[in-house]
This record gives sequence, structure tokens and C-alpha cells, in this order.
Amino acid sequence: MISGYLITILITIVIYAILAHSLNIITGHAGQISLGHAAFFGIGAYTSALLYTKAGLPFWIDVPLATLVAGIIGALLGIPCLRVRDDFLAITTMGINFVVEAIFLYISFFGGAMGIGGINLPNWFGREMTKPEYFVLILIVFILLLLLDRRLGRSWIGLAWASIREDDQAAEAMGVDIVRFKVVAFILGSAIAGLAGGFYSHFLTFIMPQNFGFGQSIVILCMVVFGGIGTRWGPVVGAIILGVLPEVSRPIMEYRTLVYGVLLLGMMRFQPGGLLGSGSIITTAFRRFVYKPSRLE
Amino acid sequence: MTLLQVTALSKEFDGLRALDRVNFRAGEREILGIIGPNGAGKTTLFNLISGIYPPSSGEIDFQGKSILGMKPHQISRLGIGRTFQIVRPFQNLDVETNVLVAYGHHHYTSLWNSTRPFRQPDILEEIQTLIERAGLRPYAKQLAKNLPLGFKKRLEIARALALKPRLLLLDEPSAGLRFEESVQLMDLIRQVRDQGIGVLLIEHNMQVVMDLCKRILVLDHGCRIAEGSPEEIRSNPQVIQAYLGKET
Repeated sequence: MISGYLITILITIVIYAILAHSLNIITGHAGQISLGHAAFFGIGAYTSALLYTKAGLPFWIDVPLATLVAGIIGALLGIPCLRVRDDFLAITTMGINFVVEAIFLYISFFGGAMGIGGINLPNWFGREMTKPEYFVLILIVFILLLLLDRRLGRSWIGLAWASIREDDQAAEAMGVDIVRFKVVAFILGSAIAGLAGGFYSHFLTFIMPQNFGFGQSIVILCMVVFGGIGTRWGPVVGAIILGVLPEVSRPIMEYRTLVYGVLLLGMMRFQPGGLLGSGSIITTAFRRFVYKPSRLE
Repeated sequence: MTLLQVTALSKEFDGLRALDRVNFRAGEREILGIIGPNGAGKTTLFNLISGIYPPSSGEIDFQGKSILGMKPHQISRLGIGRTFQIVRPFQNLDVETNVLVAYGHHHYTSLWNSTRPFRQPDILEEIQTLIERAGLRPYAKQLAKNLPLGFKKRLEIARALALKPRLLLLDEPSAGLRFEESVQLMDLIRQVRDQGIGVLLIEHNMQVVMDLCKRILVLDHGCRIAEGSPEEIRSNPQVIQAYLGKET
């Protein structure tokens, strides 16, 4: 039997993987920097927690609603934000994160600094789910999201995103409605972050504003960058490594942020594309052994 | 037939008149050369036509309808393709995918259509034809950033042609190219014209302009100073003065 500790880490990692994956849609695929992704994670978590504890809605209804609410707020905030240029977008999304965290913290309806407790794992077949069952549920959802990602990557939407990421002015001159496709990426990314938030609150059973601060946004961004921004599996690998790291590095707890920082600096210096990005050690080795790309004559 | 009619078009940037009441028309199956010294307003003119920024005053009609106030993506979908003075291919996408982006212009109009997969046999076949016509066939799977400049410029033209345009705006296609490369590019531009597409050609290389164009528009300090056949332009005193300066 898998120990409770291990299953807790596994669930945490899959939640982070979903989060990293959702940010990857905005930042990796569509090329729009977001420094406030934890805000939408928080909006999802708080929506599901409030619907569960105050409105008495079950997990199976409150989590889809949390996804929807995060998506709608993502649309409302994204439409004005995505009209500004890249550097402003970074500041704007960061601002959104601070505002959202402050709302959770200072408005008593959201539980203030004490947060919201009394959330439970979902019920099914007349009983509460066990943690391993919950893990399998989240894993299935994650796999479905990866399949959706693959489908979108092969669609005109994926192509439009790639063109915007490469050069938005040229994309526009090729008939790509850049605002529309940026907003679509933002809504989708925010909604999936909200979904992750719903899973998170029901798993943790207790949420606080600090879980969704700017620091959390940076952790998510690190996972995406570390694994390989814009790749399908990179964010997953990033979530696994950076999710496990705090656990294995418990003996050097005080130096954890230091290790984190050094690791990222090293990555940026030697593997700027991330572990699975193009030109990284891993992808180059993979190419060498699996197939040889054609050369320019 | 008139494809594009530009009337009294002006553009001011913070008090600087980049373009001053410019008039001209461009037709199908015609390469209209646009020349002028640096800073004459040539690229500004292209940016106004393709909707990158709005004019301060004036009118732009394409196929008899005003395109004023339209966004660049709407204008490109109407059938005005363009290339850039400093090449802007999608660097990390391969040649085929670069062309596909533009080919998809009619799919982007509805979100539902945009969710369809783009790699379909009939589409890829059309893309191959476009790539072949631009002489890029051996490089279809190469990333754009790995191509030499001459091929990047061809790629930009192939990409613009994937919009199935009626009018093509080419901003200094031969700049930075070796002689042989620019000769090949001129052939490509002639082919484009022979397909019935109108071409506006900004060019500094006089040999290229005189060779390709039957009609040339000359801009200087934002104003149209001359328009006519290559012979007329060559002997026009105002043009000579703009390029060589006033005799003292």
C-alpha cells in the first residue's frame, strides 16, 4: 500500500503539473507573459471552497463552476490586459495577483487571514473518496487536458498562437486576429488554473490567501521555464522536479530557496530553452539517437 | 481596373508630416514602383495601407470600398498581402508552417473552424505548390531562422501569396541580396504579376525598379513629386534634385 505521505506528494505534483500546463498555454503557446497565474488558481480554489462550505454544493458541481468562474474572470481581466504590450502585461498580471490576494485577505466574506476550512475530499458511491482514488481522478483529468492540448496544438488555433508568439505584427499581417487568440489562450489558461484550484482546495481541505500569492505565481512560472516553455511535456517535468525538490531537500530546509534560485540561474545560463526545450542536452541526445534531422544544403 | 485608390493620404507623427496628401492608384497585373530617398514616407505608406496605424486624413479604397479603420488582420483577409523591409518570418517555425499560418486566414474568422486540425492532405498539397513556386521546395522543413536572407525574402512572398491576395505590398525585396539572388527574386515578382496580382514595390535598387515597373511613383519628404514611366522619371528634374540635391 502506498503511504499517505507519498500519495500527498503525488497529488500535489499533479496539481502543480495541471497549473504549469495551464500557464504554458498562455506563456508557452501564445507567448504572453503572465506573472499572476496564482490569482486564477486562487479564484478557482476560493470559488469551490465557498460553493462547498456556504452553498453546500458537492465537489462534482463546485469544481466545474470554479473552472467557469476563473475562465470568466480571466476573460474580463484578459481583454483589457492583452491589448497592452508585453512588458506592460507582465506588470499588469502581477498587479492582478496582488489585488486578488488582498481581496482574499481583507474581505471577511473570503475568510480573511484565517482562510476557509472544512472542505472535504469528494464523495462517491455514498462515501468519501480515499486519497489514492482522488489521485487517480486528478491524473485522469490531467491526461484529458494533455490530449486537449495536443488537439489544440494541431489546430488552426495552435498555429495562430505560434505565429503570435513568434511575431505578432507579422501574424496580424497574415490574417490572424491577435487579440482574439490571445484572449482565448488567457481564458483557457485561467479556467484550467481554476480547475486546479478546485482540486487543490478539496485536497488540502483548508485554504489561505498566502497559497495564492505572487510567490506561488513565480513557482509555477519556474516549473514551466525549467521544464521547457512551449513544449507539451516540459511543464510536467518541471512540476515533477520542482515539486519533489522541496521534499528531498528537507534536510537543507533553510537553503531551499537558495537551491531553487541557483538551479534556475544555472538553467537560464546553460539551458535557456528548459530541460525539454529545443537545443537542450536532452532533446539533442534524443535527436541523435532516434532520428537525424535534415541539414540545410 | 483600379485595385487600390489612395486619395489625399496624410500621416503625422507628433507634428512630423511623414506623408502629405498623397494620391495614386494601382491596378491589377501591374507593378507600381515606389521610390524616394530615405525618410520619404514609403514604408509609412505601406503601414497605412496594411492598417498598422490609422492615417491622419485621407482615404484608402480597395476594390472600390474604403478600408479605413480596419485592423491589419481584416485588411489582409480582404486580399492585401505584404512583406517587411526588415524580414519578419516566423523564425522558429519551418517554411511549410510559415506558409500555413497565412493559408489559415479564412479559418481564423470563426473560433469553431479554428479548432480543426490544419495538417490535411489537400491543404498541404496547396502549400507545397506555393513553396515550389517560390523556389523553396528543398527547404520546406527547415526552420525559417536557418535560411539565408534571400530565401527568407522568398518565404515572406510565399507566405503573403498564401493569403490569395489581389494586391501585394513588397517593401525593398532586393535589399541586402546578391545580384543573382535579386535576379531570381525579380523573376518571382514578374510571375506574381502574371497571375493577375497587383504589386506595389518599394525599391532602392534602380535597376530593379526600372526593369520591373512600367509606372513609378516618387515620394520625397512625404509628398508625391512625380509619377510616370521609367524614362519620364529618369529625366524629371525634381526627381534628380531629390536624389542628388540642389545645384548651388
